[in-house]
Parts: sequence; C-alpha cells; structure tokens
Amino acid sequence: MSLDANRAAPIARVGAVDAVSLRGARFRYPGAIEDAILIDHFAVGAGEHVFVKGPSGCGKTTLLSLIAGVLVANEGVVALDGHDWATMSSAARDHVRADHVGYIFQQFNLLPYLSVLDNVLLPCRFSRTRAARAGDQGSSAAVRARDLLAQMGLGKEQAARAASTLSVGQQQRVAAARALIGQPALIIADEPTSALDEAVRESFMRVLLTACAEAGSALVFVSHDARLADRFTRHIDLRLLNRASSIREEASA
Amino acid sequence: MSELLSLAVRSAWNRRFVLSLVMSSIALSTFLLLGIERIRSDVHENFSQSVSGTDLIVGARTGSVQLLLYSVFRIGGATNNIRWSSVQAIAKSRAVAWIVPLSLGDSHRGFPVVATTGDYFDHFQYGDHQSLTMAEGKRFSGVFDAVIGSEVASRLRYKLGDHVVLSHGDGAFAANDHADKPFTVVGVLAATGTPVDRSVHISLEAMEAIHLDWVAGAPIPGTSVPADQVMQHDLTPKNVTAALIGLKSRAAVFGVQRYVSEYDGEPLMAILPGVALDELWDVVGIGEKALLAMSLLVAIVSMAGLVAVILAGLNERRRELAILRAVGAGPRQVLLLLALEGGLITASGVFLGFVLSALAVLLLGDWSASHFGIALHLHRPGQDEVILLAGLLLGGWVASLGPGYRAYRLSLADGLSPRT
Repeated sequence: MSLDANRAAPIARVGAVDAVSLRGARFRYPGAIEDAILIDHFAVGAGEHVFVKGPSGCGKTTLLSLIAGVLVANEGVVALDGHDWATMSSAARDHVRADHVGYIFQQFNLLPYLSVLDNVLLPCRFSRTRAARAGDQGSSAAVRARDLLAQMGLGKEQAARAASTLSVGQQQRVAAARALIGQPALIIADEPTSALDEAVRESFMRVLLTACAEAGSALVFVSHDARLADRFTRHIDLRLLNRASSIREEASA
Repeated sequence: MSELLSLAVRSAWNRRFVLSLVMSSIALSTFLLLGIERIRSDVHENFSQSVSGTDLIVGARTGSVQLLLYSVFRIGGATNNIRWSSVQAIAKSRAVAWIVPLSLGDSHRGFPVVATTGDYFDHFQYGDHQSLTMAEGKRFSGVFDAVIGSEVASRLRYKLGDHVVLSHGDGAFAANDHADKPFTVVGVLAATGTPVDRSVHISLEAMEAIHLDWVAGAPIPGTSVPADQVMQHDLTPKNVTAALIGLKSRAAVFGVQRYVSEYDGEPLMAILPGVALDELWDVVGIGEKALLAMSLLVAIVSMAGLVAVILAGLNERRRELAILRAVGAGPRQVLLLLALEGGLITASGVFLGFVLSALAVLLLGDWSASHFGIALHLHRPGQDEVILLAGLLLGGWVASLGPGYRAYRLSLADGLSPRT
C-alpha cells in the first residue's frame, strides 16, 4: 500500500518549478578579499538527479550552504523550490529548509542517543509539512519511516536499535531515509559514500537513487569520485560552473 | 517545544556521566543552602523559644539583653540581686498570676546552678508553650535534692541517687566548693533544647543553706554549719537574682512593667522576653548571615561549574548541532535546546538537593536535638526557602544561557559543516 503511495507522489511534482535555481549568484565570506562563489546560471529541475563533481577547495561546501539557505548570496538569486532565500528572514529560511531540504552528510549523520527510527523521524519534529506529508497517506509518519528503512534494507529490528550500534554503511542508509522522509523537494548529499567501501557504496547508491526517484525529490549529489557519475544522466563540474576568482587561481596553480 | 524537551533530555542522558557530576554539585550546594537555612531558622526558633509563657522577667536594673542572658541563658552574672521582699510585693500585685524566683551564681562542673521554687516546674515553659517534664525521678523536696537537666545527666553520666558537690561562683577556685553539703540527684528533666538542659536545679532554701556560713563570697572561718543542722536556721532567702512572671492577662503587661520599674523599694526593671530575645538575636545573628553568604558562594561556584562543563562539551557537540540544523532546527532552537538542558540539570540538581536536605532533617533531626539541642523540623518550605530555591533555579538557568548563546553563535557560523 505504501509503495503505491510512493509511486503516486512524483506525479504531483511533474511540471513544478525548479527545485534549485541560481542566477548570477555571488558570495564572499565576510572579511574575505575574494568571492567564494560566482555562478551565472545553475538549475536543478523538480525530481532531477544531478552529479556535482568537484575536488575540495572549489567552493563545494559554500555552494551547498547557499542552496540550503544556511548562507545567503551577496548578489543574484538562489532559490529553492521557487523560494528566494534572500527575501526571507533567518527564521523563515530555517522553516523552508526544514520543509524542503533533506541533507546527507559525509558521515556521522545520526544522533547517537536516538534510535534509528527516531533519527529518521527527526525532520518531522521540526517540520509540520514533512510530518504531514509523511503521514498523509493514511499512515503515521512512523509507519512511513519504517517503510523507508525497509526500502534501505533495514528491518524492524534495526529500526529499534540505537543509531550508534549500526555500521557506517547502515548509518548512511538511515541518513538517506531521514533525508527522504516527508518527500522534500531537494535532497543534498554531500559526499555520502566517501566513508563506505566499494560493495556497500554500490548498494547505497542503488537504494538512494531508487528512493529519490520514488519520492520525486530532486537530488544534488556531490562527490569527487568520478566512478559514481555513471549513475547520473546530468553531470556538473563545479570547477567550470564556479567562476569565482579564488577558484580559478587555485585551479591554475 | 515538547519535541525539543525530549531531545534535550535524551541528549543530556547520553552525556549523563559528566552532567550528573554537575548536577551533584548543584544538588550539594542546594543541600548546603537549604541545610544552613533550615538550621538557621530552627536555631532561631529554638532560641526564640528558649522561654515561653513568661510575660515578664524581673531583675536588678541593667541592660535588657544582659538580664535575659543571665536569667534565661545563664550566661554572665547579675550586677545586683533583688530583695526577697520585692519579689513578694510584686507577687501580691493583682495582675500577676505566678512568679518564679531564680537565684543564680553557683555552678557544678561548669553547669550553672539555678535555685528556684517548685513553681518553676509548673510555670516555666519553652518552645510552643511546652512545660518541663521529668525524664526520670521527681522534683526536689528535701533541702539537698537536685534536679538536673538532660545534658548535665548525659555529659556527666549522672543517674538518680548520685551525689553532686556545687561550687561557689564559676568553680574556678577549688576552695570555694560547697563540699560539706553534697546534693543528691532526685530527678532528671527531659531534653528541651533550651538552657534548662544545662542547668542544675535546687531549691531556694538549699541555696540559702549552702551559704549559711558564708559572707561576701567566702566561707567564714570557724563557723561551719554541718549539713544536718541547716534546718535549725531560717532558710528563707534574702535575695534572688531574677524572677519570671506570668500574668493573668497579657493586656496588663505594660502596666506591670511600669509598676516594676517604678517600684519604690529598690531599682528594678522588667523586660518582655520576646523583645529582648529579638535584640539578642540581632547580635548573634551575624554569624549565621556569614554562613549563608558562604553557602551562596558555594552555589555560585557550582553554577560556574555548570557553565564550564556545558561550554567544554560544546565543541564535541558541534556535529550534533549541525545534524539538528540539517534536519531543520534553527539557531534559535539550538539556543533553546541548550537552555532547556541547563534548566533541566539545574532543576534536577535543585530537586535532588531539596530531597537530600529533607532526608537529612528527617534522619538527623533527633540526633541533632539530643546532641546539640537544635531541634530540626521537617515542614513545608517557608518563604525564605522558596526564595532560595527559586534563586537557585533562576541562577542555574541564566548561567546555562551563556553556553546556549555560544552554541547559537557556533551553529550560525558552522551552518551544516562543523569544523571538527
């Protein structure tokens, strides 16, 4: 029953506004002498999966922070699901982020003192929208969370365990389930596989991409591991995208 | 809010070892503050209840505190005695219900000797109008009978039938012993927590008898009166040191006070015990304030400990804060989370300290009453305690806002990528 519900979801998003759009976005850290980000145009359509390749030092963290609305561009527009971050107060940005963004870190994604299930349900604590979306298909958010975990290959027994008892690969899957709960418009995955060995990485990528597709969430997947790029139809090289002078100097050096 | 609270609880539980240390230190300082406050108020209460049911204390003219000190607390000496005829005259006054004369000045191994009448046991009251009761034995009836207070009995291990020798004055000079006229312990009073526990009570006649052959504070050589011959002498006292007065109606208290102070026969004064006790407490209360100040300092130190521990743990928690930010918590919620944590630790510490102090009073109350004469009572926290508790709670919570603000700044700066 929940599978049907999952399939139904992406249809609602087809034709929606871009999940992410940057136009003439420039960002410079306070006190810095050069821009960290200067991007003329970059957009991720609703439900689209994008592989962003970039070695460290090319503004990857800054870009993700801009997209997630943690940082606000000095110039230009950075919008999420049609919301321009610059027009919002910081409290409103927190709200929009909670409602529309799922975030997967490189590692240490989980709060060790919560159970796996509670970790997955965390976004529902901060966002009524996501709690409602996770629960609006006739089942509670907890049921949806268990479904997502099951999709990630984690059973009921593991859902009840403390997050700290899981292997790194399992933890990343839990993080993916958490990012996906409540079907946010955008999933940001910041090198989520760098701590995983190859076999685990393969299965992680498979379940992540499948689940994102089923949830209809756009995915911005950042990695410097080119081997993963094959799984994506659209590739972006951040060194080419970001025209900030600090990056060019670093690239040419 | 309740979501954050449950997160705060679980996060704190995850770091329970360190946090429990901080909580214990807050509990201890709460215990200390409440304990000192409890002892202070109970000592004050005991003190102010050293005498009750007595409307006036009459003595030779002196300061009111001094009169109170020697008549009730048996500390120091009287500058002057009052004549027996004066006591009798006051006793005849219509407003006076009873009068208990006290003759002081002798001692037994450091414990004051109080010569009085049998009325003392009927009318002297302490605490909340509690009368004296005999733990064992009976009141004095013979001339050389003595009734001792509970502390005298326990400290000197006296029992009924023991013989005691009184000393003239403070007993510093052995030749001044009334060794020729030993007394027999016939009664032991139950503990009262008042100076009565430290007193040896004899009759006024006995006081007269042991001084028959004395003049001006020394035995008259060659005129010794043997103990068995004292009854041949007139043992009516000529002087007493002070007298406790009970009135038929308290309304007459100022009238009688004026009557005593304007008494023709000799210069006398009458004091209201309650008023004099308050005056005296003002003097001895300074030490207690110092104690309270000390324990306040201890409380401040434990609050500083709270701040230090939360601050020190903050760096390790940047990851946790970033995760919370990533799942939608704003910096304000991070601040709130830390404030909740501080409030929780403070509240549980204060609660623990409160329970500890109640337990201590419950378990040690009797022991303290019998050893120190300080009766501790368990009762609903009074206004002072509520203020103390509220102050501790508020102090701890405000102190935890410091680390909370730091976490707020950190999480603003870190965003989703903590630099750890």
